[in-house]
Amino acid sequence: MAASDRRLQLSRMHRGGGDSAERLRLAIRYTVLVLVALIMLGPFVWLMYLSVRTQGNIYAWPSDWSEFSLRSYIVVWQNFPIGSAFRNSVLVALGQVVLVVLVASLAAYPLARYDFYGREAVFLLILSTLMVPFQLYLIPLYVFVTKVLQLNNSLVGVVLPFGCSVFGIYLIRQFYATVPRDLEEAARVDGAGELRVWWQVMLPLTKPAVATLAVFTLVASWSNFLWPLIILQDEAKWTLPVALATLTGAFVDRISYLAAGSIIAIAPVIVFFLILQRWFLGGMTVGAVKG
Amino acid sequence: MARLGTKARYTLLAYLFLAPALALLLTFVLYPVVQGFRLSFFQYDPYTQSGEYLGLANYRRMWDDPEFKVALLNSFRYLIVVPVIIVLSLALAVLVEPLIPGIHFFRAAYYIPVVTTMVVVGITWRFIFSEDDGLLNILLSKWGLIESAIPWMTNHRLVLATVMMVTVWKGLGYYMVVFIAALRSIPMELIEAAIVDGAKPRQLFWRVKLPLLWPAITLVAVISSISALQVFDEIFVMTGGKIREAITLVYYIYETGFDAKIGPQDYGYASAMSVMLFLILVAFTALNLFLMRRGGYGGE
Repeated sequence: MAASDRRLQLSRMHRGGGDSAERLRLAIRYTVLVLVALIMLGPFVWLMYLSVRTQGNIYAWPSDWSEFSLRSYIVVWQNFPIGSAFRNSVLVALGQVVLVVLVASLAAYPLARYDFYGREAVFLLILSTLMVPFQLYLIPLYVFVTKVLQLNNSLVGVVLPFGCSVFGIYLIRQFYATVPRDLEEAARVDGAGELRVWWQVMLPLTKPAVATLAVFTLVASWSNFLWPLIILQDEAKWTLPVALATLTGAFVDRISYLAAGSIIAIAPVIVFFLILQRWFLGGMTVGAVKG
Repeated sequence: MARLGTKARYTLLAYLFLAPALALLLTFVLYPVVQGFRLSFFQYDPYTQSGEYLGLANYRRMWDDPEFKVALLNSFRYLIVVPVIIVLSLALAVLVEPLIPGIHFFRAAYYIPVVTTMVVVGITWRFIFSEDDGLLNILLSKWGLIESAIPWMTNHRLVLATVMMVTVWKGLGYYMVVFIAALRSIPMELIEAAIVDGAKPRQLFWRVKLPLLWPAITLVAVISSISALQVFDEIFVMTGGKIREAITLVYYIYETGFDAKIGPQDYGYASAMSVMLFLILVAFTALNLFLMRRGGYGGE
């Protein structure tokens, strides 16, 4: 904070030109900021408007308040598989976060701390999978998950293939490297086993990394589309993106339904983002530690 | 414990910690990847789960498949978003970098499209770009800027550009955050020194900051071009593949492999196209890194 204030001060001093020129510059900056905000947020405002404008021509000025209502939300929730999709999406997202965080935190620990045979090879193997596009193995994965594991129409089948996050392992490993070794040693001297050292020393000290990984995983899981689309055929198992995309054609005649369904699908993730935004906006810095 | 040797003991422990990650990776990534390569040489029947070896026939088929060529070309056309994203997100980062009052609101606002589900983004922009009753055409004609409705989503030449705009809009906030972090990591001493030496604000940006941002620009170029070559969700939600001139490679792979409406599920051919995509991505990433590295060090 202090450093950034100094940056601001520095640039002010530097530009000079007195108070009025400075004020003009600031006014221009805010004007641009607001214009860009209109472009970025405008579509959402329009979507919300469409979802509540249930009567009359959407482009005509409403004659009275009765042309607005929340009816579409109720209709969509009750008559289309949006309610169940909402529940499925929540289950999938929570399961995904727990699995990814656990697996990545466990794997990152020896990679950051132990001297063991095959360490470089294992780390390289893990990183190399980043190069592989999902589409390359999408079809065999589909065959394997549905035919061998029999997990089609199963939420477990949605979550399991994405359980190992390479980004997560890398991120948490970077963080473990910053934990002082004395803390670990002290715990070992006290007789803690390795699992307890990890659970009671490493994990609590790396909360920021875990939080960053958790929020990014949650959003990715909430938006995941292609994979759930192909393995969930049963309407009752659909997640929100699948339900929305599949139903687009079904109620194309009622714009307000589609808009209301869309708002229901994004409201939780946007609220979540607004509450935890510092983990999103600061998280990239964490990930960018060293190259 | 001591007899076993410390390193041997830690090796055992290490693999226990790594076991869940490695098991998932082997089962759900490495094994399917190997299978994917294998499948690309077969004509695979999903119902009997048997395959007939075809050699390179699936690869030769791409050569004669006009739809594949269209899809491939469109995936490359999609790379136009990369420079647009770099310039705009860097400009946004410069815009929101100073901690002036309310700036956190604007940063959050610009990031909201990033966390929004692509399916919803597609639906939303369809309401805006729709030819007859979309918000954009209505506004443009009301302001007298256009005489007839622009077929944003129905004209086969225009639709890809329209979808690209949506991709850019959705991704800007993400890359902006990368650039904010990069701008903040520039050592203040360098900026002070430049100012002391009499650099003007414009010079300060072009001569001091921009060269130091090169690693971040490389990162954004690599990430955004990889995702541009793999674009799928936008195409699926906004066009539904109905406009054949605007399908992309991943869309075509999806359709070939999974969409029962278009024809039989052709896993072998879809896998061969996936392998092709993989090779393109590898070549592209290598080229990107090579060019950027040269630019970074040679540019002085």
